[in-house]
Amino acid sequence: MEVALLRAGSTLIVRMKGDLDHHAADKLRAGIDDKLKRGGIQAVLFDFGGVNFMDSSGVGMLLGRYKIMTEKGGKVLACSLNPRIMRIFTMAGLQKKIPVFSSREDALAGAEGGCRCQTT
Amino acid sequence: MSNHMKLEIPSKSQNEAFARIVVAAFAAQADPTIDEISDVKTAVSEAVTNAVIHGYENGPGTIVVSATLEGNRLEVTITDYGVGIADLEQAMTPLYTSKPELDRSGLGFTIMQNFMDEVRVESEPGKGTTVKMVKFFSRTGAAAEA
Ligand SMILES: Nc1ncnc2c1ncn2[C@@H]1O[C@H](COP(=O)(O)OP(=O)(O)OP(=O)(O)O)[C@@H](O)[C@H]1O
Ligand SMILES: [Mg+2]
Repeated sequence: MEVALLRAGSTLIVRMKGDLDHHAADKLRAGIDDKLKRGGIQAVLFDFGGVNFMDSSGVGMLLGRYKIMTEKGGKVLACSLNPRIMRIFTMAGLQKKIPVFSSREDALAGAEGGCRCQTT
Repeated sequence: MSNHMKLEIPSKSQNEAFARIVVAAFAAQADPTIDEISDVKTAVSEAVTNAVIHGYENGPGTIVVSATLEGNRLEVTITDYGVGIADLEQAMTPLYTSKPELDRSGLGFTIMQNFMDEVRVESEPGKGTTVKMVKFFSRTGAAAEA
């Protein structure tokens, strides 16, 4: 999986391309947690635009980052999920914790405004 | 049509993608839909990942993946010779995980059961684990009969 970690204000954008499995999740986790430790990040946005595959390892990685962020008073968001990824989100009940947006722009507006509206 | 394959791989996380892609390519002979192939890929990924993380606890070991096609019926087995499972009922309970500290959420078996038509697990502590899964493909077109 190819990953780019970008900053937009106090939001860390995680742009992913490829399969989000155990192998990829371990690498992704290390990179994200390293950035979170440096502080100043209030929201983490996972951009699934380039992701066609996710299994339970992706779910665990997302829930782990959710835990870290809520402990700090921050949040985790997700955008651009294809129907396969959405199915895993639903099965795991992830949307209750991680709001899902149809585009990165909508999600960034949600990150700043705190809107928990769902736009899938 | 009937066909069979067997794959033996070392227990490494890099091989999870390899294993699911091999099974998907094999299953493609039966002309499954894209969704059906995705279901199989996800289920295989869950079972192989469990072998790596739980069976061999991220250490060395061998994983055997085999698959058989009979018409529109795919059977996949994933075997490890690792630690095994003492309490199968507990292991297969949704949201149960023995490794919460590793960011696991106990969803693997639930996903396998949701995405496949049958999931059977045989395990013996100290000997290893075999997960046997069956998927029936909806199309029984020319490719499936060829
Ligand atoms: N091959 C295996 N060898 C030994 N134990 C296993 C094996 N597969 C599963 N288990 C046990 O069954 C439990 C449940 O497995 P399951 O895949 O449902 O959840 P998980 O792997 O813990 O979490 P997740 O799959 O959501 O990352 C595991 O925590 C583990 O204790
Ligand atoms: Mg698992």
